[in-house]
Amino acid sequence: MERIDRAFQARMQQRQAAFIPFLNAGDPSFDLSLELFRQIIQAGADIVEIGTPYSDPLADGPVIQASAGRSLQAGFRLPQVFELTAALRQTSDTGLVLFTYVNPVVQYGLDRYFADARQAGADGVIIPDLPFEESTEARAAADRHGVALIPLVAPTSGNERIAAICAAARGFVYCVSSLGVTGERARMSDRLHELVQLARHYASVPVAVGFGVSSPEQARAIAQLADGVIVGSALIRRIEQALASGLPAALLPQHVAGFAAELAAAVHPPQEQAAVR
Amino acid sequence: MQPTPSSVEPAACDSTAANRTGELQYPDATGRFGPFGGRYVPETLMSALHQLEQDFNRLASDPAFQSELRYYLRQYAGRPTPLYYAERLTEHLGGARIYLKREDLNHTGAHKINNALGQALLALRTGKRRVIAETGAGQHGVATATVAARFGLACTVFMGEEDIRRQALNVFRMRMLGADVVAATSGSRTLKDATNEAIRHWVEHVEDTYYIIGSVVGPHPYPRMVRDFQRVIGDETRAQVLQAEGRLPDAVVACVGGGSNAIGMFYPFIADRGVELIGVEAAGRGIETGLHAASLTRGRPGVLHGALTYLLQDEFGQVKPAHSISAGLDYPGVGPEHAWLHESGRARYVPVTDDEAVEAFYLLTKLEGILPALESAHAVAQAVKEAPRLGRDKVLVICLSGRGDKDVEQIAERMEGERRGTH
Repeated sequence: MERIDRAFQARMQQRQAAFIPFLNAGDPSFDLSLELFRQIIQAGADIVEIGTPYSDPLADGPVIQASAGRSLQAGFRLPQVFELTAALRQTSDTGLVLFTYVNPVVQYGLDRYFADARQAGADGVIIPDLPFEESTEARAAADRHGVALIPLVAPTSGNERIAAICAAARGFVYCVSSLGVTGERARMSDRLHELVQLARHYASVPVAVGFGVSSPEQARAIAQLADGVIVGSALIRRIEQALASGLPAALLPQHVAGFAAELAAAVHPPQEQAAVR
Repeated sequence: MQPTPSSVEPAACDSTAANRTGELQYPDATGRFGPFGGRYVPETLMSALHQLEQDFNRLASDPAFQSELRYYLRQYAGRPTPLYYAERLTEHLGGARIYLKREDLNHTGAHKINNALGQALLALRTGKRRVIAETGAGQHGVATATVAARFGLACTVFMGEEDIRRQALNVFRMRMLGADVVAATSGSRTLKDATNEAIRHWVEHVEDTYYIIGSVVGPHPYPRMVRDFQRVIGDETRAQVLQAEGRLPDAVVACVGGGSNAIGMFYPFIADRGVELIGVEAAGRGIETGLHAASLTRGRPGVLHGALTYLLQDEFGQVKPAHSISAGLDYPGVGPEHAWLHESGRARYVPVTDDEAVEAFYLLTKLEGILPALESAHAVAQAVKEAPRLGRDKVLVICLSGRGDKDVEQIAERMEGERRGTH
């Protein structure tokens, strides 16, 4: 949990937003996935989101669905996600946030899940299909094990829900940029600005924006608005393209990390750093 | 022969009349049936679900809405449907007197129209001009496309690619009715995946689109709402059997995929402890083969499509594909209220294989001149087992949820396969 706080604080001191890339664990294999995470951290990630592949990812668009499919095909289930997280933790002090649908957590057992997440070195957990009303027990279990249960707010949430969700938030608040599932979008909801302002008003933790961020230009614009910028599908599409083009596996992490570096540069503009220093 | 009583009126969706015992109070305020149900959906949908719950609560006690729904159920859908005494099937089996609740005689050929009408009127009353639906066998898709045509609503139906293949007739019907049929190409390309696609689409269009869920599944308030729109089946049956036999039935049998015809039939009998409630799940190629859709018989509690319920899944909570000859039962989950009736022991859930269902399809066709849907044929197959066990002085009701015209081509293909020895 402290690693998440530290990551945002470090960026805030430089008047920058945090860059938070998302990849599914195990896509396309354990070793390549681990190397992908390591290289996107080197490319400038402040926190990384590690996706747990799921058979029925309701909140995800085609790119992340296909990625989850590859990961499941590679034999990834919860234990392998924890294994990869632990391996990543051995070489990195970056904030690690697990992303998972609720059913794998229910089957594993709530308390056991958060205990093992902590044990593996995870700092936070995001469960997109566990809304506030259903999350009482999960929040208690997460708190018991010192893991941040990071909630989502959406353009349709409305003031009352945003207030309640933000008051109970740990780690950061995840603002869903637009209606719909994950995936690249040309433009964000007109209400995004207002949503971020509301979340900031009610939350005592930072506010990050995700869903649909597809280009360095968009990442730069969102970095002006929020404390963190989350990018998933756009990065994963690079994995998909590289696999389809027959790029040698060994070059895959570098290829994806190259794009991550562009995104990181957009989220962390150097002139801001200079201005603060 | 038993005449259909003309005094039985459609009961619409009045749930207050049934609260005779505590068990009927479900779901609670959080949408739970015992531990099951709830609302496990992305945050984007939560406000819409709260709004829907309020709208439904308001309209469920609005006499004008109720009377409008009653009007369409009677004049448009053709309710009440007959409770038909299956004389030759009864004689053939030599046991309990068997009645068929003829939901197959509804407009569009299945019970699905009861719910589609209710939800379409709800959509209209709440200002929505566009509806979406998921469909397995295509019966709910057809019912939704039908009411959309009748009320001038734009309509998109999500259907698994595999189901589009095996239910081509219904796809054609939906397109003629003006609906846009979208193929779900992910996963097992059946009902589960069509539901995923419908939910994903709804997340994006939640502000101007009403999602007409076709069964008693999904997040609260859908399982309750769909039940309340389908309970007209059981309410009519109860009155009709009392009129015909002067007493309640000893058992009612219904097939269970998501479980809307079964809940509609069971719910008004829950307080009648002497009535055995028997739900029939699809055992596909056989429970032991793993190729089945028997989520209550072989599944474990977990979360699917927004509700905590029984589902087919692996050790780590990945949903397993279901298998059934019948597209409408080919679903790895089940409505949360069924999970509760299963766990509380009030209803009994049993598996019936593809082969047994096909045999029952032929039996009913030959003895009664009624082609059941392959879904409903599962209920008939179980009745074949139950009637002799119950004995001649007992009364058994089968919910004949739909007609089998849509399945004729599939049955013909199977016959051809058997002839060639490839089956």
